Amino acid sequence: MSETPIFEARDLSRHFDVSKPALQRLIAREGRRTLKAVDGVSFAVPRGTTMSLVGESGCGKSTVARLAVGLYEPSDGQALFEGQDLAAARKSVGQRRRMQMIFQDPYASLNPRWRVADIVGEPIRAFGIANGGAALKEKVGALLRQVGLSPADGNRFPHEFSGGQRQRISIARALSSNPEFLVCDEPTSALDVSVQAQILNLMKRLQRELGLTYLFISHNLAVVRQVSDRVGVMYLGRIVEDAPAETLFTAPRHPYTRALMEAIPDLDMAGRERQPVGGEVPSPISPPSGCTFNPRCPLANDRCRAERPALIAARGTPETRVACHAVEEGRDGFGDRATA
Amino acid sequence: MGAVSRFLESDLFWSFRRTPTAVLSAIVAFVIVVGAVFAPWLAPYNPFDLASLDLMDAFNPPAFMPEGTAAHLIGTDDQGRDVLSAIMYGARVSLLVGVSATAFALILGVLVGLLAGYAGGAVDAVLMRIADVQLTFPNILIALLVDGVARAVLPREVHDEIAIYVVIVAIGISDWPRFARTVRGSALVERNKEYVLAARVIGISPARIMLTHVLPNVLGPLLVLATLNLGLAIVSEATLSFLGVGVPPTQPSLGTLIRIGNDFLFSGEWWITVFPGVALVAMVLSVNLLGDWLRDALNPRLR
Amino acid sequence: MTEPLLQVRDLVVEFPTRRGTLRALDKVSLDIAPGEVLGVVGESGAGKSMTGAAIIGLLEPPGRIAGGSISLRGQRIDNLPAREMRKIRGKRIGAIFQDPLTTLNPLYTVGRQLAETMQTHLAIDAAEARRRAVGWLEAVGIPAAAERVDAYPHQFSGGMRQRVVIALALCAEPEMVVADEPTTALDVSIQAQVIALLKRLTREKGTSVMLITHDMGVIAETADRVAVMYAGRVAEIGPVRSVVKAAAHPYSAGLMASIPPLSHKVDVLAQIDGAMPRLNAIPQGCAYNPRCPHVFDRCRVERPELIPATETRAACWLFDSTAPRERAHV
Repeated sequence: MSETPIFEARDLSRHFDVSKPALQRLIAREGRRTLKAVDGVSFAVPRGTTMSLVGESGCGKSTVARLAVGLYEPSDGQALFEGQDLAAARKSVGQRRRMQMIFQDPYASLNPRWRVADIVGEPIRAFGIANGGAALKEKVGALLRQVGLSPADGNRFPHEFSGGQRQRISIARALSSNPEFLVCDEPTSALDVSVQAQILNLMKRLQRELGLTYLFISHNLAVVRQVSDRVGVMYLGRIVEDAPAETLFTAPRHPYTRALMEAIPDLDMAGRERQPVGGEVPSPISPPSGCTFNPRCPLANDRCRAERPALIAARGTPETRVACHAVEEGRDGFGDRATA
Repeated sequence: MGAVSRFLESDLFWSFRRTPTAVLSAIVAFVIVVGAVFAPWLAPYNPFDLASLDLMDAFNPPAFMPEGTAAHLIGTDDQGRDVLSAIMYGARVSLLVGVSATAFALILGVLVGLLAGYAGGAVDAVLMRIADVQLTFPNILIALLVDGVARAVLPREVHDEIAIYVVIVAIGISDWPRFARTVRGSALVERNKEYVLAARVIGISPARIMLTHVLPNVLGPLLVLATLNLGLAIVSEATLSFLGVGVPPTQPSLGTLIRIGNDFLFSGEWWITVFPGVALVAMVLSVNLLGDWLRDALNPRLR
Repeated sequence: MTEPLLQVRDLVVEFPTRRGTLRALDKVSLDIAPGEVLGVVGESGAGKSMTGAAIIGLLEPPGRIAGGSISLRGQRIDNLPAREMRKIRGKRIGAIFQDPLTTLNPLYTVGRQLAETMQTHLAIDAAEARRRAVGWLEAVGIPAAAERVDAYPHQFSGGMRQRVVIALALCAEPEMVVADEPTTALDVSIQAQVIALLKRLTREKGTSVMLITHDMGVIAETADRVAVMYAGRVAEIGPVRSVVKAAAHPYSAGLMASIPPLSHKVDVLAQIDGAMPRLNAIPQGCAYNPRCPHVFDRCRVERPELIPATETRAACWLFDSTAPRERAHV
């Protein structure tokens, strides 16, 4: 692929200062404490595709989402929009309108005091896309129809809608500036399953019709499998595995990815006994040295406890980038499993 | 149609009708407000019309007492002014000061609160420490201070002329921190909500986000606070006037009337001070009870 | 079938509101056998949590039981005075909620809370209660239980807290446990641990479980039977494999189909159009009829009761053998 990806993260980091207030620090004689929410993440999202980031709470995936639309400034590394620095790109109205975001909570993402038409029309007005009230009204009506609502719904308030309908309104708002890059932060995790299917189908249809590029954030692997072209698995602020979706789900390489898949209860497994991965996610304020997964990893050895593994092409599945010493050294038994 | 019928249909009005205290308070407040606002037309006498005053009428007791006359339902004061009329005119001044001071505190508090809540960091810390410091002083002390400064700085004639504005500003300044803290607290919550993030993604300016997104969502608590504050502001004004540093004697408020009457309390002419006092209590109590009801009615957890 | 441990019959729960009385549960009937795990699934607002709350006597006012009965081993427990119900709750029916912090008192050590619960309900002295508290913490997999017994709830992580809550729910050796979304707040890897724990302990003790969750995967792995709820009613009830693989009720079938599979990618996910009706606008007849692909005239007027379907019992006129099927337009 020679084309510039629409979004690219290069060694992207975001640290938060979680120190106690200065006075308390002084009394307790503590230093400053930094939370490395995102710690050197690199990935690219080619135009027209869906890149997903998946992981458990606190792994930094939502922070990446916010970095990707400029809600946070990077502490280190670069966020690039079509090869241009994101912060610089966002200074231009013409570039800013090309990126939009869809949020998790359909109850918090719509201003309860605004009518739906005003909510959906806000970006149109902000970017001066439609001229005059009639054109605005028409555009809002068309957007509502596009997401499966009726233009008459524009006169109503958010509380009159169900969760799924609100998420449609949220999508209509995101589409209203004719964006090309949509960052979707857990767009279906607050919804019931049958409604989740509606929204996922809608998002896939819109991607086909409008050629959208998605950065899709989710904790739900099954959902990620349905929507993604490429998937990055995050653990404690880092990407531990990054692979084409089919490869990731058929041949997961990192021990964490495998544990995560093993942990998901599946309908086909009624009554099955499982051996869940032990331990808990350590505090991101004081992560383990070396590979941060080492305390929970069945394959961990001294090297894993000392040396941080780099994200490199995996032997056996070269399309996969994985940060694991065991995979690099061939200790993960991948060849055996493949031939067995 | 429209707004009125929507209001009559609303949960708020429904809760109002089902709360006897609220209905009673509203009736009392309504009577007082109408009596005060339309005093020039409704009051039986104009207590400030020197021509109509007759010292022969001084110290007339209320109508229900043996020497009382029907001409002065609740008696007259030492200068022969009709107490009822004086109360109506006095309530007018009290209300004017109370409402204006609350509006002043509200606007100042909202601006400071929004700024602190949105800017965060050092701006927030500085503004809120100022508010904290001010909250540690009793309101009346701050009002006295402002008033004292105004008296010291302004020539006497000028001061008398603008005394009422000085009182409004004095009370308003002492009350703004409450509004600022409420708005800041709500703004801190709202600014992290996803609808605000959505507005930030499209590049809406912080000031605009605060005014169009955040402010409409903090109006509920503000309304409650303003109502409760109105009662307090009226009391503050009465206290200042009672202490003789409030509104000028040419425009007596309820507090002034109570002070004047106080001199006669123990010489038997109790009505001169008691009736203004009753009017003040009724006004403040009804406003406060309305505020309490509003707070409960707008709190979803207490429904 | 043996005599049920818990029997819910035609349970009706109502909420008086300004605009009339809302019926949150409308004739819910279900049984739980001794030692059985009954899953209760449904989308938000279907009434699954409400059913659990009614059983343990913790309906939030102004909600109230307006009809039907709940019996524990043949004894009515829906009309007991609050004092009596408190004794049953804890001793005979344990409860596990989504948020462990609603169950744990932040001011007491977990050991003290466990010991007090046991001393209230079991005839044991303080020393024995403490010894057993340590034993319970070990049983739920708290490392270094002998030391952690004197720790406060906030000193535990979310997953560990939920383990403590499980210990608390089981320590008085109740006959059944109502677990309302016990793993929803937890990450998948922790969820798997907690579910495995709950399964193992209740099986060892022979405790019945009412497992309320929106996660069909959890139900499929844990439950023996499952009740699918919709708009305050039970749409279908039956063995878990049958409901998952061969649901009879069109709603359950649609619900199962709409779950995205982990095993493969599908082009268009099966979806159920529309949304569950609000409580003040439940349609006449079958509550699901406006969204149902198989709807016919009778569904719009007459409400179906639970009737035997292929492998389960479903509230659906498609399975009524007594009347001829008069499909409207097919």
